[in-house]
Formats: sequence, C-alpha cells, structure tokens
Amino acid sequence: MFNHMSKALSLFVAASMTMATCGMALAADAKSIKIATQSPLSGDQSVVGVDIKRGAELALEQLGKPLADMGFKVELAPFDDQANPDTGVANAKRIVSDPAILAVVGHYNSGVQIPSSEVYHTSGLANVSPANTNPKVTTRGYLEVNRIVGRDDVQGVVGADFALGLGAKSVFVIHDKTAYGQGIAEFFKKRAEEKGLKVLGFEGTEEKANFDALLSPILAGSPDLVYFGGMYSQAAVLFKQARERGYAGTFLSDDGFDSSDATKIAGQTLIDGGGTYYSTVSGPAAVYPGTAKFIADFKAKFNSDPQPFAAQGYDSMAIVLKAIENAAKAGGNATPTREAVAKAIRELKDFPGITGTFTFNNIGDPIVAKYFVIKVNSADPAKWSENSIVETLDIAPPQQ
Amino acid sequence: MNRFVQSINVNELIRPLGQLMVFSLGSAIALSGIALMLALVLDQTAVGLALQDKYNVTLYTYTLINLPQVVIDGLTIGFVYAAIALGYTMVYGVLEFINFAHSEIFAVGAFIGVEFLIAMDSSGLLRSASIGMSYLLLILAILLGMVAAGGLAVTVERVAYRPLRGASRLVPLISAIGVSFLLQDVIRLVEGLTTGDFNRIFPSFGNFDQRLNFGKLALGATNINLGISIKSIIVIVAAMLMLIGLNYLVNATRIGKAIRAVAQDRHTASLMGINVNRIISITFLVGGLLGGAAGVLYALKFTRIDPFVGFFPGLKAFAAAVLGGIGNLTGALLGGIVLGMLETFAGSYMGVFTMGAAGSEYKDIFAFSILILVLIFRPQGLMGENVGQKA
Repeated sequence: MFNHMSKALSLFVAASMTMATCGMALAADAKSIKIATQSPLSGDQSVVGVDIKRGAELALEQLGKPLADMGFKVELAPFDDQANPDTGVANAKRIVSDPAILAVVGHYNSGVQIPSSEVYHTSGLANVSPANTNPKVTTRGYLEVNRIVGRDDVQGVVGADFALGLGAKSVFVIHDKTAYGQGIAEFFKKRAEEKGLKVLGFEGTEEKANFDALLSPILAGSPDLVYFGGMYSQAAVLFKQARERGYAGTFLSDDGFDSSDATKIAGQTLIDGGGTYYSTVSGPAAVYPGTAKFIADFKAKFNSDPQPFAAQGYDSMAIVLKAIENAAKAGGNATPTREAVAKAIRELKDFPGITGTFTFNNIGDPIVAKYFVIKVNSADPAKWSENSIVETLDIAPPQQ
Repeated sequence: MNRFVQSINVNELIRPLGQLMVFSLGSAIALSGIALMLALVLDQTAVGLALQDKYNVTLYTYTLINLPQVVIDGLTIGFVYAAIALGYTMVYGVLEFINFAHSEIFAVGAFIGVEFLIAMDSSGLLRSASIGMSYLLLILAILLGMVAAGGLAVTVERVAYRPLRGASRLVPLISAIGVSFLLQDVIRLVEGLTTGDFNRIFPSFGNFDQRLNFGKLALGATNINLGISIKSIIVIVAAMLMLIGLNYLVNATRIGKAIRAVAQDRHTASLMGINVNRIISITFLVGGLLGGAAGVLYALKFTRIDPFVGFFPGLKAFAAAVLGGIGNLTGALLGGIVLGMLETFAGSYMGVFTMGAAGSEYKDIFAFSILILVLIFRPQGLMGENVGQKA
C-alpha cells in the first residue's frame, strides 16, 4: 500500500514539475509580467481592502492595452495581508521571490506597509501605495516606495485645525496603538497643544468591545471633542458606547473611519450630540472630476459602489502600468528590470490619474495632496456616500 | 419528607443570591477603599496637581465621584466573566482538565444569537417590534445561543475528549486547544462563506440602548451622569438567574447529586449506579448553555463580535475560575466579580493615578497578574480547599 502510494506520489510530483517547467517556458515566451496587490481581503477591514484590489483590477483591464500591444502578458497577483504586519511581510517575501512580479500596488494599513516595504526594498521592487498615510512610509527615502495620498503629519494637523474651527476648547485623544493610528493621534495632539486646545488625555487601546473603563476618564473631563486615531471598527464601537453613556460633544476621527460599516455599528449615535466628522486623504469618489466613468465602470463590473480608496487603487495601478511601459520602451521592448520600473515611477511627470495629477518628489510623496474633512450625515449605512465635505485643502508634504 | 425537600430548595435559591450580594458589595467596598486611599496619598503630589490643572478638582473628589459608575460597570462585566468561568469550573470539577475550547463555545453562542437577530432585522420584524416583542426576541436569541452552544459542548466532549479519557492529563488539554483553534476557523469559514463578513453587529432594537439616569454628580466645571443602561441591567439579571439556576441544579437536584458524586470519585460513582458518561455529557451541556447565554449577553452589551471574540473573555474567565478556586462553583462567582471589578477599577483610574503614563490599555495586565499571584501564593484559589490529586 505504502509503496503504491509513494509511487503514485512521485509520479504526481514529476508530472507537476514537468507542467511547471512547461508553464515557465510558455510564460517566458509571452514576456509575462505580474503586478501584485496587497490589501486586507479578509477580516475586519476587507470592505476597503477588497475594493483596493478591485480598483487595481479594473485599471489593469482598461489600461493594460499598450503593454499587451508591446507583446507583454500582464497579470494581477492579489495577496491578502489581513491587515496584519506578519502576514504582510510573509507575502512580501513570496512576492519578491517571484521574478515575474515587477511592482506592488498596496497596503491599506501603514503598520503593514512599513515592514513589508523593507522586504520590497531588499530587491528593489517598486511599491505604489494607494492609502498609506504614515510619514514613515516615504521618509525612509526608499527609491521603490511611493504613495499617491497625503500624510498623517498633515492630516493630524488638518484635524486639529478643524477642531479649533468648530470652537472646541478641550479634547480627549485616543488611538489604536498601530503605527498609523498612534502616529496620526500624536500629530493631532501636538498641533492641538500648540494652538492652545486643552488635551485632557491621550490613551491607546487595543480593546475592541468593552470601552467602559476608558470612558470613565473621558466623561469625567467632558471634553468638547473626542478624537480617535485608528480604524472604524474600534472607533464606531467607542463612539456608540460614549454616546450611550451621555457624552454630548463631537467625535472626530481620521481616514480609517471612512467606511459605511461605521454607521452599521454606531448608527444614530454618530448623528446625535455634536455629530461626527472625519478627516481623510481620499474624498468620496464623486468629488474627483475624473471619476464619473470609474464609478459607472466599477458598478457595472462588481455590482457595488466603490469604497474609499478604490479609485486610488485604480490610479496606483495606472501609474505602475505607465511606468512599466516607459521602462520597457527605454529598454528596447525587453522586459524591464525592477530597478528600471522603480526609477520610471519616480520620473513620471504630471501623470493624469482619476483622483488627481501625480508627480512624485524625491522621497515618493505626491508634490501636492488633497485633504478633506467630512461630516457624517445619515445613520443609514447605504447613505454613507452622501456624507458632506466640509473642507477641502491642497497641501504640499512637509519639507524634510 | 416532601416539606423537607421544599425547605432545602428555597434555601438553595436564596443562598447564592446572598453570596452574589456579599461578593459584589465586598469587592466593591474593598477596591473603592484602595482607590480612595491611593487618591488621598497621591492628592498632594504631582499627580493630584496635574489633575487639578486639567479637571479643576482634587484627585480624591474625582475618585469619589466616579466610583458609583465604575462599580456598576465592573459588576456588569464581572457577571459575564462569572457566567463563563462557571463553564470552566464545572468541567474542571468533574474531569480535572481545562476545557480551553470553552471560549469558542461562548463565541458560537454569540454568533448564533446575533445571526438570528440579524435575520429578524432583515425581515423587518425588529424595527416594528413592540417593547414586549423585542424582549421576547432577545430571550429567543439567548435561548438559541444556549441550545447551539450546549449542543456543541456536548459534541466536542464526545468527539475530542471522551476518546482520550484514559490518557495522561496533558493529552485532553492539547486536544482542547486544538478544538479551540478549529472552532475559531470554522466560524470564520462559515461566516465568510455565508455573509462574506465575519465581523457581525448586534442590531439595535427595543429599548436596550436606553439609559436609566439616577442623576448628576458635579465634578469641577462639569457634571457626571450617573446611570445604567438597560442592557447592563439585562446582563446582570440574566447572569444572576443563570447562576442561581446552576446552583440549584448542582446542589438541590438528583442530577446535581450525581454530578457531585462523579466529581468526587468517578469510579465509585459508577459502582453506585451512576451513568458516568451521561453525567459528564450533562456537565458539558450545562457549561455550554451558560457559555452560550453569556455569549449573546456579551454581544448585546458590546455590540460587535468576530470569530476571536471568545479569546479574551475566555482567558479572563479562566483566570477568574483559578482566582476563585478552580472546581468550586462559588469560587467562580467570586472570581468573576472580583476580576471584572478589578479590571474596571484599573482601567478607569490608572490613567489618572499615573498621570497618563499607563492608561486603561494596561487593564488586562491585572487579570493576568492576579492569575500569577494566585498560582504562587494560593494555588487552591480564594475559595478552594487544598485537596490531593485524584487517582
């Protein structure tokens, strides 16, 4: 029995190896290129993560033609980072070991992007980020790493300035202890203190359900505003429990709050009292002039409205495709190297995307980025896209 | 004879109620005393001055004014821990092993209850439900969660523990950890396949989110609302009913007598005509029922559940069971209440007492430090007796 099995097994292995070699040979003929995406495709944050992937998929489908005409076969290789740094890094190792992959569109969470891009950096693999806002994403100065959105050291300031504009005098700051949430909360706090806002407390929490203990000091101080740096899955639960305990002030959060699931969790409690606002680097798809067609195409293909950052996923992929095309042309139609692709991305000038026109500075930040402050208008999750924009700002990244 | 039985029964109903009162009051008074003493000591130091600067009150007043709310919050979570801890302790009492899959049994109960309510919500029944109807639906959800969790607990025992009963003590423990991981991923898989979203939200309906306000306490320039939400009352009342019911079952019925006999000496019990396998199944069933109900109550109180929702409450309930004396039902009650209180006290006051250096994020440390301290200084737990190992 065992003998039979091992024979069958070895036959199977041999067969699959032959197939693999055939596959590789075929791929080499068609000049195969893969572009990876990394975003949370399962778990809490998959609502947004899946749509980043879908945005990229749509871009590849619509904008892949020039490369196809040059004889390249471009494929999407989606990876699920589960919003978890460990998973992101493990995927990154698989990605860099696949020579066909020339670029990565990815990461929703800065806390995942930062360690993963260390792996990309080791092999010079280009990474265009559709959503990561922590300054450290680019301030390490890696040639490979670029982003098309703004930064938390600006976003936190935008939030603090907005709080002042609302007339808030005191604020309690909470964050989720991730690179992203804590980072933005610290920038918020710094600016708030500089401008004379009284910061009653600054606390991190990984708690997802029971915020009773955390709420006692918040309610005791009765701040005009509660700021949460982190994701909606925690923020919405916290806001709901705070409101239920009689907090009447205003809630303010960041772009991590931008998901219709927030109202699914907290519902009417976000509208009551002083209401709920969030700052973001990605406005609703409808505010960008170029996105009307994107929204229609996205709906037609995936049968749902694009979540925040789907359009940025599209643009990141568009940038990667254009850069590969440029690099291939420069190299006489040969498959470009990873280094050439990374350089080509940085060299793009005024690339027309659907969410803006992109030129990267010497560390990979866009030379001007848009920031928004948005107000939650309806307790109905289906009406999340009707949230109104109260502020739009164009700000250049801080000088190093 | 008949009258004799009746008098015992009433006694068994009142006794646990008295115990619950004593434990709640006792731990509330003890912890309040400690908090107030710390506040007095720290009042004239930099800590008190920092608070004075921010909130315009002395540290002592701040602590005192916040106390009632902290005690209420602590009790609510304490009762949830107690209900879960009973599941650990029952199984330990009978089989002398820690059923680490209990936290997932809790999670399954929560998911079944919440999925039922979500289904009711999408059918439109919840929105139009009257107050009476919404309570009925909630009770139905709790019952469903209980049945599912109880059934699952019995199945797990039959499949994963019974075949290993003769093996050394570590073997079923490892099997339990394996079952725990398996169940987590099964929930993930089922939710992923059916709803595509394993992060489920307890729908809001009825008047559970409302709050009974007892009044306002002035604190510096602001007022603190003192009150308790209806769902917290439901959690406390439901947990109390379960605890009393369990106590009655174990101490005043024939089945309870059989459970105690099996716990004392499995071999002799079987010689006395007790079907040991059946009694062990019943023990798991009861533990599962309690865990499932606790799961739905947890979801009601805290709104959001995911497949890993059982992990931390389960671990803390385990710490509570050890704190009270594992294997001892009264001990599990005491352990749960003390732990819930301690955690809430730590979370509410640590930030202020340490000038924000160590905030409520460190509250979990207390649950597990207690576990370590108890294991070092009083391994049999607060209520446990020092008994030799069973053969």
